[in-house]
Amino acid sequence: MSQAVHTLEGIFRAESRPVLATLIRLLGDFDLAEDALQDAFTAALETWSKDGVPASPGAWLTTTARRKAIDRLRHLRIVEAKRSELALSLRLDQEIHRPQDELELSPIPDDQLRLIFTCCHPALPREAQVALTLRALGGLSTAEIARAFLVPEATIAQRVARAKQKIARARIPYEIPDRPTLAPRLDAVLSVLYLMFNEGYLATSHGQLVRGDLVADAIRLARGLSALLPDEPEPMGLLALMLLHDSRREARVSADGDLVLLEEQDRTKWKRPQIEEGIRLVEQALRMRRPGPYQIQAAIAAVHAEAPTAADTDWRQIVVLYEQLLRYERTPVIELNRAVAISFAASPIEALSMLEDIESTGALDQYAPFHLARADMFRRLGGSDQARECLRCALPFAQNEQVRRFIAQRLHDPPKITRSSTLLITDEKGY
Amino acid sequence: MKYALLIYAAEKDWAEKSQEEQGRIYAEYMNYSVELKKSGKMHSCEPLDPTSTATTIRVRDGKTITTDGPFADTKEQLGGIYVVDVKDLNEAITWASKIPDARTGSIEIRPLMNVPEM
Repeated sequence: MSQAVHTLEGIFRAESRPVLATLIRLLGDFDLAEDALQDAFTAALETWSKDGVPASPGAWLTTTARRKAIDRLRHLRIVEAKRSELALSLRLDQEIHRPQDELELSPIPDDQLRLIFTCCHPALPREAQVALTLRALGGLSTAEIARAFLVPEATIAQRVARAKQKIARARIPYEIPDRPTLAPRLDAVLSVLYLMFNEGYLATSHGQLVRGDLVADAIRLARGLSALLPDEPEPMGLLALMLLHDSRREARVSADGDLVLLEEQDRTKWKRPQIEEGIRLVEQALRMRRPGPYQIQAAIAAVHAEAPTAADTDWRQIVVLYEQLLRYERTPVIELNRAVAISFAASPIEALSMLEDIESTGALDQYAPFHLARADMFRRLGGSDQARECLRCALPFAQNEQVRRFIAQRLHDPPKITRSSTLLITDEKGY
Repeated sequence: MKYALLIYAAEKDWAEKSQEEQGRIYAEYMNYSVELKKSGKMHSCEPLDPTSTATTIRVRDGKTITTDGPFADTKEQLGGIYVVDVKDLNEAITWASKIPDARTGSIEIRPLMNVPEM
């Protein structure tokens, strides 16, 4: 039995998100879809351990969940007789009595993409877009989302509930926008997917550095999006960016679970096929001659991936790419990354004066990578006291336990000046 | 599904426009209304007189207090309402974005509450 439960858990985990997306489309109601899916899981636990797992568990779950939803609505009709639910229940009743509805229903991959565009609809506030996407497509619980964004669980629960209510009452449709409205809608979707990837890549919760499931989901959704929109270069650029960063997964965590910096990573552990795919995609996207921020960031990641050793990195190329990126997004984090690239392409002295300009704005005071980058530049110039001071500034703002350990270790035992340089930048993924 | 498209625009800007300019915008509204009507999506269309003609009342302790002017002094004022009957919010957004005042003012889209008893 425990073996069976174990297998079923695996199936549920693999099937729940695509099935949920299809149920939300069929039922037009988030909460009802979630409840019905739970009912179907309960039914599966009973039926499958007796009769074995069906050939297509996703289809079984979708069909059963829809039937369970109808049961729930019938029950509601008796208890509450809510008008809107009554209408939906009647419609579903009619549908299920048509002969084709005796056929099995299967989860449709496009439903997840439809759902992303609903979750990231501009009529919803930004925080709700992220929470809802992580909830409905990333499969994260409210508690997990709350931990990831350091806000109380009740806040997330409220955001999700309000967003679901607005989707239902203002009737935000489950559809992929048509061409004229696609471009502005795409930006929100891309940034939410990248956020999801980043949360998995540098997990702020769960005490582990990488949350592979979130990373894999983000990549899967980006892949689906770029397949759906083959003439759009930015989804392709985002997919390339994710693949290139994720290719270093094995190399960026030591056997003890510590962070390993980009330049100290064993590059033989980088996943070559994934790098090749990433580079191929970024080149294909750039050939469309409509550059954008994700394509440029992917190109930067490609330059790192192509360098046989850290010392061979083409920093001049990276500086040029950051300058292009600044034309799209003039943010202090990108300015910081450019300064780091300049510290290698030209000199740390030049870069330090750029960091002073950033410091005067105060924008990155609480951003650990800023202090770490500065510490590293001082160290390379032989200013170990200043470097320690910067490391101390960084410590309270470490994003997670691994980064905190890394900083503490550097404070305790600073690397020799003769050792090759270090780099710790989140956006550039210095690790 | 019915939505109210509430048109908010600065009356001051309108007053400062030349007669020719006002005529052009008026014609744009006419064209828009015809297009909306032809599509079969128009439920109603209610342009409002300026807030200089508005009267606001409040009933407190059974007494009616009447004051001159709109409910609130804001930069943009409610200038008119279209009620459209469309498929979903996306279609409402498409129609709202074609309203001439969307370019300078704002259009608030509000679903109409479905209360059959009222």
